[in-house]
Amino acid sequence: MMQFTCPHCGPRDQAEFIYERTVDAVVSLDAAPEDAMKSLFTRNNPRGVDEEIWRHTYGCRAWMVIARNRVTNEISATRAVGPEALP
Amino acid sequence: MSQYSAFGLLRGALNGQKHWQPAWRDPEPKSHYDIIIIGGGGHGLATAYYLAKVHGLKNIAVLEKGWIGGGNTGRNTTIVRSNYRLKPLHDLFEFGLKMWEHLSDELNYNVMFSPRGAMFLGHSDADMTKLAERGDAMRCDGIDADLMTRDEVQKLEPLLDMSRDARFPIEGGLIQRRGGTARHDAVAWGYARGADSLGVDIIQKCEVTGFVRDGDAVVGVETTRGRINAGRVGICVAGHSGHVAGLAGLKLPVESQTLQAMVTEGVKPMINSVIMSQSLHCYISQSDKGGIVFGGDPDNWPSYAQRGNPMVMERAVAQGLALVPALSRLRMVRTWSGVTDMSFDGAPIIGETPVKNLFLNGGWCYGGFKATPASGWTYAHTLATGKPHALNAPFALDRFERGATIDETGSGPMPNSR
Ligand SMILES: Cc1cc2nc3c(=O)[nH]c(=O)nc-3n(C[C@H](O)[C@H](O)[C@H](O)COP(=O)(O)OP(=O)(O)OC[C@H]3O[C@@H](n4cnc5c(N)ncnc54)[C@H](O)[C@@H]3O)c2cc1C
Ligand SMILES: [Zn+2]
Repeated sequence: MMQFTCPHCGPRDQAEFIYERTVDAVVSLDAAPEDAMKSLFTRNNPRGVDEEIWRHTYGCRAWMVIARNRVTNEISATRAVGPEALP
Repeated sequence: MSQYSAFGLLRGALNGQKHWQPAWRDPEPKSHYDIIIIGGGGHGLATAYYLAKVHGLKNIAVLEKGWIGGGNTGRNTTIVRSNYRLKPLHDLFEFGLKMWEHLSDELNYNVMFSPRGAMFLGHSDADMTKLAERGDAMRCDGIDADLMTRDEVQKLEPLLDMSRDARFPIEGGLIQRRGGTARHDAVAWGYARGADSLGVDIIQKCEVTGFVRDGDAVVGVETTRGRINAGRVGICVAGHSGHVAGLAGLKLPVESQTLQAMVTEGVKPMINSVIMSQSLHCYISQSDKGGIVFGGDPDNWPSYAQRGNPMVMERAVAQGLALVPALSRLRMVRTWSGVTDMSFDGAPIIGETPVKNLFLNGGWCYGGFKATPASGWTYAHTLATGKPHALNAPFALDRFERGATIDETGSGPMPNSR
């Protein structure tokens, strides 16, 4: 079982979060078709660290980016995304 | 290779069973093979077997980083069925199911295929409509399927909670009577023994760590036991597809996730068929040793951890207990998990890659055990000829960019929402 630290709510049980996709899998609105294809349908899927988008669905409902090692489950960074992360 | 038989067993009984020989050799890797298969699971071993048996190739190796059958082949809940909805899946899995029906004879090895019936439960009118649609689709393609009434379900599985105030009311079901279970280890061992006797080198404790390139072609592999040259190389590593293909610079339409399963202490027969609920994501069967085997959803986030999250296990157990309350009396003796390569449409990938001489068999998600014979048969064809077999042509790697996905559940390109 993992514990994530929500940038807004602090440390919370993983059960409150839902995994969405990796950062590089977000399709930008002006992406060329081949780039959109890659983002939609392929993943680096590393046996190591990747940057993942999770949502605190059963909490504050905010999105965040979590850098997580997929073998050890170690979390090396968490940052907020969206308007609330703007300066 | 000596044939296994009842007579041999009897003769062995008279001389203390001293006649048993190792079922396969433990050879040193040669410097060159015509075909190298990476991954000694059921699929890799079946591929090697059919390459030697059907295509007459002699110089083949299977490279396995651990021990054969130690991956998902040895971790799965062994449900064998062909009750899908879409035609390409019907064709592939039904071809496989027909092979299961003769596999023990073919391999002279008892894979304990037990066609006890694979039943989906329906919990609502909407569920029953979906099951009827699936059954119709199957029958149109010549696959057996019977819609069941509540009473028929209850007769087959008296321990299901059929009460009207059950947590998950049961309205009926859909059964494929030719579906069932098999013994996972025996499938790996049977194919290994068969392939070895046809001259295939099965090399364990040999991890592929890189590819040897000549321009845009793969001409060999780097391994923990040195470099080995090859004419063609076939990846067949299930949950590690993304990692191994990455060594050749490929980015695949798969994401690796953990899938868990568990088993209780052994008891007398209490579950007669394979009970599955697709609305709940729970499946229950009883092994021949008497343990109740069950599983649920994958852990729906990427992971290579090969250990499961208790939260997901708890959900599967809760569903199992709600369906069959008598299970609450049993002790769970083991839980485990495997790394599955979830593809972006839920269907497998079998075929060429953009890299010359490099082929891929993967993306089996949580459902490839049933396909082991068909996967081996078609992949062997592709590796021997360099071309797809009619059955695996729809499962090409480039189907995603062509818009030709095989999306059985219609849930779009999200491996974590299957
Ligand atoms: C818990 C669980 C339950 C399941 N239940 C079912 C079910 O009921 N019915 C069903 O049809 N399917 C089921 N599946 C799916 C099924 O197990 C798999 O799709 C199938 O067994 C895959 O077989 P395989 O031979 O491709 O992979 P594996 O058996 O995993 O073999 C791949 C092998 O490749 C090796 N390998 C990996 N990397 C390297 C490397 N770099 N070099 C050398 N070797 C390497 C691994 O060690 C492994 O032995 C389940 C899976 C799990 C995990
Ligand atoms: Zn929060």
